[in-house]
Amino acid sequence: MVERSLGPADIVPPFEVEDVELYHPKSWLTKYVFSQDAKIIAIQYSLTALAIGLVALVLSWLVRLQLGFPDYFTFIDATLYYQFITMHGMIMVIYLLTALFLGGFGNYLIPLMIGARDMVFPYVNMLSYWIYLLAVLVLAASFFTPGGPTGAGWTLYPPQAILAGTPGQESGIVLMLVSLILFIIGFTMGGLNYVVTVLQARARGMTLMRMPLTIWGIFTATVMALLAFPALFVGAVMMLFDKTLGTSFFMPAIVQGGEVMAYGGGSPILFQHLFWFFGHPEVYIVALPAFGIVSDLISTHARRNIFGYRMMVWAIVFIGALSFVVWAHHMYVSGMNPSFGFFFAVTTLIIAVPTAIKVYNWVLTLWRGDIHLTTPMLFALGFIVTFVSGGLTGLFLGNAVVDVPLSDTMFVVAHFHMVMGVAPILVIFGAIYHWYPKMTGRMLGETMGKVHFWTTFLGTYAIFFPMHYLGLLGVPRRYHELGVTSFIPDSAHTLNAFISIAAFIVGAAQILFLFNLVWSWFRGRPAGGNPWRATTLEWQTPETPPAHGNWGKELPVVYRWAYDYSVPGAKLDFVPQNQPTLSGG
Amino acid sequence: MGLFQQLTEKPWLPSPLPLADARAIRLPAARLGLRVFCGVVTVLFFLLLVAYAERMAFEEWRPSAQPWLMWLNTALLLTASAGMQWAVTGVREERIEAVRTGLAGGGLFAVAFLAGQLVAWRQLALMTPFDITNASIAFFYLITALHGLHLLGGLVALGWTATRLQGDPPPAGLRLNVELCAVYWHFLLVVWLVLFGLLFSGNDNLEILLALCGVR
Repeated sequence: MVERSLGPADIVPPFEVEDVELYHPKSWLTKYVFSQDAKIIAIQYSLTALAIGLVALVLSWLVRLQLGFPDYFTFIDATLYYQFITMHGMIMVIYLLTALFLGGFGNYLIPLMIGARDMVFPYVNMLSYWIYLLAVLVLAASFFTPGGPTGAGWTLYPPQAILAGTPGQESGIVLMLVSLILFIIGFTMGGLNYVVTVLQARARGMTLMRMPLTIWGIFTATVMALLAFPALFVGAVMMLFDKTLGTSFFMPAIVQGGEVMAYGGGSPILFQHLFWFFGHPEVYIVALPAFGIVSDLISTHARRNIFGYRMMVWAIVFIGALSFVVWAHHMYVSGMNPSFGFFFAVTTLIIAVPTAIKVYNWVLTLWRGDIHLTTPMLFALGFIVTFVSGGLTGLFLGNAVVDVPLSDTMFVVAHFHMVMGVAPILVIFGAIYHWYPKMTGRMLGETMGKVHFWTTFLGTYAIFFPMHYLGLLGVPRRYHELGVTSFIPDSAHTLNAFISIAAFIVGAAQILFLFNLVWSWFRGRPAGGNPWRATTLEWQTPETPPAHGNWGKELPVVYRWAYDYSVPGAKLDFVPQNQPTLSGG
Repeated sequence: MGLFQQLTEKPWLPSPLPLADARAIRLPAARLGLRVFCGVVTVLFFLLLVAYAERMAFEEWRPSAQPWLMWLNTALLLTASAGMQWAVTGVREERIEAVRTGLAGGGLFAVAFLAGQLVAWRQLALMTPFDITNASIAFFYLITALHGLHLLGGLVALGWTATRLQGDPPPAGLRLNVELCAVYWHFLLVVWLVLFGLLFSGNDNLEILLALCGVR
């Protein structure tokens, strides 16, 4: 980037937005509870997601208690065990990760990073949160209903999901399906907002290719979610009909306990197709915002422009498109035609190409950078390592012939936890450490943050690396108790105990994080407006935390891309996007 | 600037500041929002259609009787759409009475369509043999219910637009609302015509299409 002179024609007067476009809260209730301000809605989304995520964390502890010490905790019977793993999985994937990345970070960052005052449909945005909250409450209610929550596994495969013998088939499965339907309705309202806001409400000069990669990731993930969630919606409604009205969309003829059931002719495989047509894009709905955020964290904390920006954007879009044609790699053992298996193995392996481009570009951004090992940077680096190791085992499982023996073993559990559990969670933590100063005006405690990082990072490896080995031994997933099995050595049980202890430590480390969030809110070091010396627009707001309407009277004008770090000839090692010349002013 | 040109920009190079608005798509936000929503709804019904075809092609398939009333209902929805178009013409020509008549017609015929669908539900339930485990019957109820719910949502938006007609408002201020309602009505009509044409106007239609595709 070189200095250039600006002529009179280049100086663009910013738009003046009449304040009538914004809804001004008239009471405490409309300011903080039924708020239409995207920043408040973002915090509401985040706190709700973290709260239900904590429930899922506790459930994972209970699962590990049983797996690590099967003879000691007799209260965890098979029914409870299946309910724990089901609710843990569904909450983490949908109600925590999706909600936090899109509802939380999407709401907070989109208007601020593109220079808008708010989302384009604030009222619909508010409704989106309240429907999400309702979905969470309906889901949580299933813990208190007769029979408890569903224990069908997070994939809810019929016919077993709604048949007697599966935990929670009395009412838990109904509440789960209703909750999912509500979630999707709420998300669609939010998703429309994110897409239209990015396309229509960008500040002057903010061309598509000047948008930070965080916005590209959230935008593409939202488009994908809008296209993928209808499949889950259709599947959930059809299964709800099967359960409550006695239809047979997914239910074949079944004899249970010697009695012929009223069902007949349905196709359980149809549900699998619908579920995974949603389920695989869901992986990238979580991963793409993480990709975007981590790009911005690395660039900011290494004081270097992102390497290969255009390629990064195209890779995000390409990954998003490809992720719609790989779903059946989750179904290699469903008895599909081998030709289909071949097709889906090929598309799965092709998706590794744009993903690898992104990883190389992150590494090349770091190369000779002025790397600051701040807490957000540590989490970003942790993500790259974890995503690579989790992604590499995906190459194993993407091949049909290798997947068949590994299917339903702990290897699969280890793979997807690394790639879509730990990796995105590391980004979420990194992002919270990075943007918390903007949200509160105070820095999060750095020492506590580093302890949190190292415990979480090393701890998750202690949990999931040995799990790959267990899977290779043939230890199956979804088993309440292994008992005495000839091909599983005693050492596997010892390893299971070790994994459980590591899981308890990692879980406990999150309490430190929560403490840090609360403590820093009151006692944290004042952050100022731009503590990381970052270029993107959200750090250039006149007030921190940003006030209602974000920008005061005048909207920002954008003169450059989001990655002008360490530009030769510039006065500082960063040039904000809204700064007309390299030397400031 | 075209979308392709925008996506191939090299943002790290000095470039003249875009004087024009940087928006990629020049539409009012509400119009774009409706288009995105219609896209999502299209995916929803397309998936239902695929699920229907999958069951028809690969599982045990029992065609069901089909209520004749569906033809009349289709005509009602067509008329509702025509009414909305009348309102659009009225708002463009600034004839507020035409807007009122059009919106009222669009709304009333849509309500009549929904009522007709309920009667068709009843008709099918009384036909023999009625078996809810029969996928063709279950899909009929599921798909018509979802389509009806979308139309019901449209009626809420139409009602909100109608409240703005009180007094004597300048038609120009109503134009976007009326046009958006009409777009949604036309969209739901097209969706219905595809669903009705392939699934509910004869048991063979989708089967012929699947045979042409070599699936059945």
